[in-house]
Amino acid sequence: MTMSDENVLSQNFEIIGGDFSNAGKASTSIKEILQEIGIDYSITVRTSIAAYEAEMNVVMYARRGALTLNITPEKLHLKLEDEGPGIENIDMAMQEGFSTATDEMREMGFGAGMGLPNIKKNADKFEISSTPGKGTSLDIIFCLNKTEKK
Amino acid sequence: MSQYFHSIRIDTEKCNGRMKCLRVCPTQAIRIRNGKATIIEEKCIDCGECITVCPHDAIIPLTDPFGELTKFRHTVAIPSPALYAQFGREILPEKILSGMKKLGFDDAFDLALTCGEVSFAIQEYLREYKGPKPLISLVCPTVVRLIQVKYPALIDQIIPIEPPRELAAREIKKKKSKQLKLKEKEIGTFYLTPCPVKMISIKQPAEKGKSFLDGAISISDIYGPLLSAMEGIEKGSYRLALENICILGVGWAMVGGICRTLRLKNSLAVSGLGEILKVFDDIERGKLRNIDFIEAYSCTQGCVGGSLTVENVYVSYNKILKLIETLEYEQIKACPDIREVRKLYSQKYFFIKGKFEPRPLKPLDKDIAQAIKKRKEKEDIYKSLPKIDCGACGAPTCLTFAEDIVRGDAELTGCIFNFPKIFKEISQEFSELLNKPASLSQSMSSAKKTSEKGKAIK
Repeated sequence: MTMSDENVLSQNFEIIGGDFSNAGKASTSIKEILQEIGIDYSITVRTSIAAYEAEMNVVMYARRGALTLNITPEKLHLKLEDEGPGIENIDMAMQEGFSTATDEMREMGFGAGMGLPNIKKNADKFEISSTPGKGTSLDIIFCLNKTEKK
Repeated sequence: MSQYFHSIRIDTEKCNGRMKCLRVCPTQAIRIRNGKATIIEEKCIDCGECITVCPHDAIIPLTDPFGELTKFRHTVAIPSPALYAQFGREILPEKILSGMKKLGFDDAFDLALTCGEVSFAIQEYLREYKGPKPLISLVCPTVVRLIQVKYPALIDQIIPIEPPRELAAREIKKKKSKQLKLKEKEIGTFYLTPCPVKMISIKQPAEKGKSFLDGAISISDIYGPLLSAMEGIEKGSYRLALENICILGVGWAMVGGICRTLRLKNSLAVSGLGEILKVFDDIERGKLRNIDFIEAYSCTQGCVGGSLTVENVYVSYNKILKLIETLEYEQIKACPDIREVRKLYSQKYFFIKGKFEPRPLKPLDKDIAQAIKKRKEKEDIYKSLPKIDCGACGAPTCLTFAEDIVRGDAELTGCIFNFPKIFKEISQEFSELLNKPASLSQSMSSAKKTSEKGKAIK
C-alpha cells in the first residue's frame, strides 16, 4: 500500500492461533473504528463479518497471524497474513459447500470456521494465495466510493 | 430543544461530582464538567445504571408524580409484573391490585394475562418469519435504543409486536370509554414501572409512534403507600386469590420469562448490558444464525432488577419463580385462548404502528478524510495519556478523553498528568525571574506569560 501517510489510517492486529478467549476482539475494534470514522453502516457490517471470519480462520487453523486495516477515503483494505498449514486446494476451500462441514464446529461453539466464501460474498474484491506448509494471505477490499462496486 | 427526550435528569444542587455514574455508564455518556455530572444526550440510552449507583440521589428518574391522576375522569393502574415480586410471599397479586384501588386508582389491571397473549402472538410471528435470525424482543426499551444507537443493522430483527403494557393501555381505553361513556383521553392509564426507561418509551416511543399510556409511576415511589394501603385488606382464600393469575405472563418480570412460554428449540435469554453487548456483537457477525429468538433486558435478571424497584433483585427473582411453581402445583390454568389470539393476530391487533429507525452516533467528522485525520490524532493523544482512567479530567476513560479533545469538547490541559509539566515550565520562568532582577522589562513580559499559563490550568 503506497499512499501518502496523511490520508491513510493503518491499524495492526496480532492474532494468536488457538486463542479462543480473545477471538473476535480484532473485528470488534475494527467495527468501532469504522463507526467513529463514519463509514456507511452496511459497509461496516460487511467489513466486520469479513474481519471476523478471517480472524477466526487464524485462531482455528494457524499458529499466528497479522491482520492489517488500511483505510483511505476511497477504500478499505483488510490484509491478513498467517503462519500455518496453508490451504492445499484453494478452489475447494472457496466452494460454498465446503463450509457446511464447519457448521458443526459452529454448533459446538467454536466460531465460524472456514468462512472464505463468506468473506468473498461480503467483500467488493477478494484475493487469496497460499503456500501449503507456510501460510495463507488474504486481501479483502471494500470500496467506499459508492459508484464503483464490484 | 434537544433531539432526544431522556427520562434522567441531574440535580446539580445534590451532585458533588463523585464520578460513580461516570464509571458505570455503559455508553460513556456522562462527563463531569465544573464538578457536576452532565449527560451527552445522543449517547444516553436511558438504562438507569447511573441512578442506582449515585450515592446522593442526584440523578433523578423523570417519572410521574401521583398527583397526575387528578387530570383524568377515570384512572387505571397497570403494574409491571415486577411489582408482584416486591412483597412477601403471602401477598398475592390480587391483594396488590386491591391495594392500588385503595390508593386512589379507579381500577387496577393485571398485566400478566396480556403478557400471555403477547407470548402467543410472538410465537405466531416466529412461525411466519422468513428473514435473518435471531429475532429480538422489544419489551425492554433500553435494548431497542441500544440497537438504534450501536447495532442499526439489527433493527429489522426487532419483533414489531406491541409490548404488553402498551397493548393493555390501548384496550383499556377502548373498553372503558364505551363502558363509562367517556372519551378515551379522559381515561388515564398509568404504568407502574420498575425502571426509568419506560417513561421515555411513553414520552418518545422509539418507533416514533404514540404511546397509549399516559404516564409511569415508579414502583419505589408507590411501595410505601401501597404497603400501608394493603394492611386492612382481607386475605381471600388462597386458591381463589391465585385463580386469575396467568402463569405464562407472570414470568415476564424476569429474564427467561418469555422464552419459557415459547416452544422453541433455540432461544436465548440475556440480561445486563455488558452481556447484551457481547451477544449482539455475535449476532452481527452472523455467529448466532441458528438461534430463533432472543429476549434481552438491560437490568440484571430482567425487570425485577430495575433501578426503581425496592426488593433485592435475587429475592424478587426467586419470588417470581416460587409464584410460578405454586401456580403449577395448584394447576391453575388462567390462560389466554390461543384461538382467540390467532384470530386477533390475523387482524393485526398486536402490531406496532410506527417503524424503528437507526440512531447512529456522530462520527468524528462528516468528511471521511477529516475523520481519518482526527482518528489518528485521537490515537496520538491517547498514546500520550497515562491510561489509568482516573476520571479527573471528567471523562470516564483516557480513550474517551482523547476523543473529547479531537471533537473539541475538552482540552489536553484537563489531564492532571500534564500539571507537573506545566508547573515545571512556570517554576522555571519564576526562577529565571528571580535570577534576573535587573532587567525589569523582560521580567514584566515573562510574568505576563506566566499568568496566561496559570489561566490555562484552571
